Amino acid sequence: MEKRLILRGVLAGAVGGVLAFVFARIFAEPVIQRAINYESGRDAAQAVLDKAAGMAMPADDPDIFSRTIQADVGVGVALIFFGAAMGALFAVVYCVCLGRTGRLRPKPLAMLVAAAGFLGMYLVPFIKYPANPPAIGHADTIRQRGFLYLLMVGCTVALLILTVWLGRRLRARFGNWNASLLAGGVFIVAVGIVMAALPPLGHLAANHSYGNHLTETPQPLTDPSGRIVYPGFPADALFSFRLYSVAAQLLMWTAIGLVFGPLAARLLEPNASAARPARQPEPAGA
Amino acid sequence: MSSVSGSRETSTPLVLPISRSVFWLVGTAVVALLVYYFIGVDQGALSIFGSDMHVHEFVHDGRHFLGFPCH
Repeated sequence: MEKRLILRGVLAGAVGGVLAFVFARIFAEPVIQRAINYESGRDAAQAVLDKAAGMAMPADDPDIFSRTIQADVGVGVALIFFGAAMGALFAVVYCVCLGRTGRLRPKPLAMLVAAAGFLGMYLVPFIKYPANPPAIGHADTIRQRGFLYLLMVGCTVALLILTVWLGRRLRARFGNWNASLLAGGVFIVAVGIVMAALPPLGHLAANHSYGNHLTETPQPLTDPSGRIVYPGFPADALFSFRLYSVAAQLLMWTAIGLVFGPLAARLLEPNASAARPARQPEPAGA
Repeated sequence: MSSVSGSRETSTPLVLPISRSVFWLVGTAVVALLVYYFIGVDQGALSIFGSDMHVHEFVHDGRHFLGFPCH
C-alpha cells in the first residue's frame, strides 16, 4: 500500500511542479531578467568607480549556461524535480498520518498534509528569510545564509510535528476544536521565538562593511563624494518576485493535495466508489 | 494484511504498520531529501563536487524562485 501511495505522491508532486514551472516561465522569468539586468548595470557602475579609485578589476564569472537554458530548461527541471521530491515526502508523511491523526478521510487528510508541507517547507521559513531574486545576496555569506535557511526549515518542520503531537495529546481534555487551536497557538509562539533568535542576514559579521541593514538588498551605490551613481534594488521588482514565489509554491502544494487526495481515496476507500456504477473496485492491500 | 473499513461512520481508513513499510518510507524520504539538497543547496552552502558550478548554474533560477539562498 505504501508503495502505491508514494508513487501517487511523486505523480501529484510532478504535476504540481509542471504547473509551478508554467507559472514561473510566464510571470517570474521577466522579473528575474530585470534583476539580472540591474546586477549587470550595478557591476558596470562599480567597475567604473573601482577604476577611478585605481583598484584592481575582478574577473567576471564565466557563464556556464546561457540565460535561455537557465530560464527555459533549468528552471523547469528544478521545479519539476522539486515538486516530485516534495510529493514523495508528502506521501511518506501521509502514510504515517493515515489513521493516526483522528478520523480524517483520505481527501481532507491530503489537503491538511499538503498545507503542512507548504507551511513547513516554504512559507514559515520564507517569513524569516524570504526568497530573493538574483542581485540580492553577498557571495561571501552564502554558507551562513544556506545553513540559516536550512535551520529555519528544520525548526519549522520539527515544531509542526510537535504541534500535531500536542494537538493529539490535548484532544481528550479540551476536545478537537480547542485542542487544535491551543496547539496552533503554541506553534505560532514557538516559531516566533525561533525567528527572533536567528540573526537577520544583514547582521552577519561579513556584512558589517555594508552598514547596519537588516537584509542584503543592495542599497544605492555612491561615489566617494556621497553622490548616488546607481540606484538601490528596485522595490517593485523585489515585491513581484516574492509574490510570484509564494504563488508558485501555493500552486504546487495545492496541486499536490488536490491530485493526491482523489487518487488516495480510490485506493483507500474502494467501497465508496463501488457505490457508483461502472467502476471496478480496486483490490485493497499491497 | 490491511483492512479497509467500508462504513462511513467509522471512517478512520486504515493504519499502515510502520514496522513493515519502514524500508520504503525511509528510502523515499532519503531520496527526496537528496533531490531537495541538489536543487537547493549543493554548490552553495555545501558542495560535494568541489568548486564545480554546473548544478548550481543549471538550476539557478529555480533555486532563487523556490526561496533558497543563492550566490
